[in-house]
Amino acid sequence: MVEVRAKAPFRPSVGSTDVLLRELVAHLRENRTQLREEWARRITEAKLLTAMTPDEVFAEATAVYDNYLEALETGSIEALEAYARNLSERIIPRGVETHEVVGIVLLLRDVLARSLFARYRADFTELNRVQDAYEPAANRIANTVAVGFVQERERVIRQQQEAIRELSTPVLPVRERLLILPIIGIIDPQRARQLTEQLLRGIRVNRAKVVVIDITGVPAMDASVANHLVQTVEASRLLGATVIVTGLSAEIAQTLVNIGVDLGKMNTVGDLQGGIEEAERLLGYKVLPIPEPSNHQA
Amino acid sequence: MPVPILKQRDYLIASIQAALSDEDLKKLREALVAQVGEFRSRGVIVDITALDVVDSFAVRTLRDLAHMSRLRGAETVIVGIQPEVAFAMVQLGLTLEGVAAALDLEEGLTYLDRKTRKRAGTK
Repeated sequence: MVEVRAKAPFRPSVGSTDVLLRELVAHLRENRTQLREEWARRITEAKLLTAMTPDEVFAEATAVYDNYLEALETGSIEALEAYARNLSERIIPRGVETHEVVGIVLLLRDVLARSLFARYRADFTELNRVQDAYEPAANRIANTVAVGFVQERERVIRQQQEAIRELSTPVLPVRERLLILPIIGIIDPQRARQLTEQLLRGIRVNRAKVVVIDITGVPAMDASVANHLVQTVEASRLLGATVIVTGLSAEIAQTLVNIGVDLGKMNTVGDLQGGIEEAERLLGYKVLPIPEPSNHQA
Repeated sequence: MPVPILKQRDYLIASIQAALSDEDLKKLREALVAQVGEFRSRGVIVDITALDVVDSFAVRTLRDLAHMSRLRGAETVIVGIQPEVAFAMVQLGLTLEGVAAALDLEEGLTYLDRKTRKRAGTK
């Protein structure tokens, strides 16, 4: 802990800073009730954290206040970091914005600084030294909370992106040993990679013999993605599965021919219906209509 | 490390358990091609489930093995290629052309059964 404090900049002399910090923490602790209320009032006034009830704001304010003082006193921001993460997790789903979180921390910083001004106004040199001790610590705390909040938000965004990507390439078992992969929308290289991964995994898990990749919903693809598609077809063959590609648009057909795909390797059928029929034929299925009962039994 | 070759009815099964040196691969190919004649086998299955890396030499050896066995009267099927390995192979242009592949040992046996039955002319 001592090393952390010693590294912080703008410290005229470490020893006196320690003493001062302890002194001002004691002061802030003494005035806890009043300063906390003042802070909560300023938060409401500034119309921050409107998504939360006043009681909740006050409860969080108390917790932040105590963590803040602890961080000031010990110089360790770990507990505060953990609390900031936890707080972010709770308030992000309720629609609290980044500017609100930064705003309330800066407000607290302001409230405390004003209280220190009032306490030391008699002695300007002393006030200066108190500021030297207080400012860097307070800045670091504000930084920690804001960064924690943003990181948490980014984590949520990443999670959602992952979910969207998962949804974008469904691998559906239709019959025993037959998979369908309907693809809709533009395929970028990342999606293409993921598609391959999911397909190959799907073949293994479902022990598929035939896979129908339907690209009716794909308007166009560039040469690299088309190439990737061909590679996926070949990789599937190495896992013992036959791939049928259906619904190629005129543009994609042109791309495939232009990059010189060996059409012997690609099994293509005009539309999804034809593709499923072909797949059933390969698997030895035969679809027959149920015969109409010839006479009704009375 | 030599690869054990099991004789199972009309088929020979070689199950690779660990990464092989080029020398080991060549020995495996020679042993299989020799035993195809010795046991009058109709099919060969090479299980490479345990391989995390399949390089160009391995692919060439497997392809040669398939062609040699075919000349000696046996169909070859490679089984157990891992999904990641399959894609890596394709990206390197190692597609095992003209060689049958199946998901696992069971699928490989089914494939050979169908293939040899067809050749025997029975349905």
